[in-house]
Amino acid sequence: MLELKNISLEKEGKKILDRIDLKLEEKKFYVMTGPNGGGKSSLAKVIMGIETSQKGQIFWNKEEIGQKSIDARSKMGIGFSFQQPIKFKGIKIKRLLELASKNKKLRGCGVLRQVGLCPREYLEREVDSSLSGGELKRIEIASVLLQRPKLAIFDEPEAGIDLWSFNNLIEVFKDLQKNYAGTILVISHQEKIMEMADEILLIKNGRLEIVEKNKIANLVIKKKCDSKGGCI
Amino acid sequence: MNNLENKLLKKVNDSPMTGAVNIRKNGKMWQRKNTKYVTISDRKDRGGIEIRVKDDTPFALIDIPVLITQSGLTDTVRNDFYIGKNAKVLIYAGCGINNCFEKDSFHSGEHYFYVGENSSVKYIEKHYGEGKGRGKRVINPVTQIFLEKGAKMEIETTQIEGIDDTNRVTRAILKEKTNLIVKEKIMTSGSQKAMTEFIVKLKGRESSCRVISRAVATEKSEQKFVSNIKGNEKCFAHIACDSIIKDKGRVSAIPKIKANHVEAELVHEATIGKIAGEQLVKLMSLGLDQKKAEEEIIQGFLN
Repeated sequence: MLELKNISLEKEGKKILDRIDLKLEEKKFYVMTGPNGGGKSSLAKVIMGIETSQKGQIFWNKEEIGQKSIDARSKMGIGFSFQQPIKFKGIKIKRLLELASKNKKLRGCGVLRQVGLCPREYLEREVDSSLSGGELKRIEIASVLLQRPKLAIFDEPEAGIDLWSFNNLIEVFKDLQKNYAGTILVISHQEKIMEMADEILLIKNGRLEIVEKNKIANLVIKKKCDSKGGCI
Repeated sequence: MNNLENKLLKKVNDSPMTGAVNIRKNGKMWQRKNTKYVTISDRKDRGGIEIRVKDDTPFALIDIPVLITQSGLTDTVRNDFYIGKNAKVLIYAGCGINNCFEKDSFHSGEHYFYVGENSSVKYIEKHYGEGKGRGKRVINPVTQIFLEKGAKMEIETTQIEGIDDTNRVTRAILKEKTNLIVKEKIMTSGSQKAMTEFIVKLKGRESSCRVISRAVATEKSEQKFVSNIKGNEKCFAHIACDSIIKDKGRVSAIPKIKANHVEAELVHEATIGKIAGEQLVKLMSLGLDQKKAEEEIIQGFLN
């Protein structure tokens, strides 16, 4: 479905991604992990077209898409949930979700319920700083779920959400794993999410290695979470 | 009213027009209707009207649109609103100019609001211009507001399209326990110019004022936002001016706040910048091309 060949990315003279080769198959659940600054988000952004690699090729169903714009890739079936949700002054949640669902009528607003938000309370609110970080994050995730992409990329969905939301998020991903027709790529440091993976991708210093699932324990530094969901 | 005038009217007036009405067309009164609670009459000393709303009016709807289709017309008018005590009023005002010829068309409207104790007024004003002529469409509104004890007023002004030059001045004097909210939306393009100025004196204890200005300046257009807020008592004012600039658009925001009382809390916030790249990227990741994403962001911002 998606194939990366020899992808390299440099920023301000620093090597961010170094000769990455990767194949993502249909209907699989991938988790990408690794230390901060290792290149995970950059690789996801290269796939979405937000960043452009200096070297290498990207194939989507065997078609080279390296020169395609972000919106073209979205139309082809790639969805991207940002680590830092984007705020919009004046744009209502309802409108953002309409755009995500390509203006199809929002049926029962199930997707908001899926991420633990009551549609009646939220649809008319603006996607701005009147919402908490956790609420914005859930709306960000909902906007990608509504697109029903063939490849859904979630960049650290657990970042900035509280413990209750995190447990809710795990349920969302379990449900996706069971019922979702597309491929899922989640960037995460969380063991609970890694446990769901069909395959774990470790990115370190811009290099990629595939880790066997039974070796997660060696990989994960167990973290305690405080009441606000921040890791300590 | 012909098709052109009807079209202009619809652009500047969303109201069902079921209450008191005064339509001014090319500098003259065209249609007038009074109601049980509202009396509209000509001002005696100079052009314009007096609108009187009775005490204890449960709800009054008033429409006072102005239409100009005559190129080269200079229309100056002063309208005085006398709102009685304990009244609730919704006013739709607006000015539509169609100028298809060479000469400039001007409308200068002065609106004076004397709002009685404990009354509540909502004032919705839209300005719109159209026409392929080289003559400019110029609107210079002046709004003077006097709020008596416990009165509230909310103003929504919109100027999205077609006005070449505008100089809007809003002055307000707020007495005890009054509240003024102003929401302003302006979009300019081409070489249009828009200046808005707010001069508010919070004279009464526990008076409050909130001004929310959203502006978009595109192409070579230019906007200037000036606020001058004075707090003489325990009071609160929050002025927020957010602007998006595109192309070679220019915006300046000039705040002046003066607290003459230790319990006066006055805040001014202004942000000016281009459309945030991350907003564009997010909407493009939902499948919108860059142009549509920009339009969506601007439309949302001005809504």
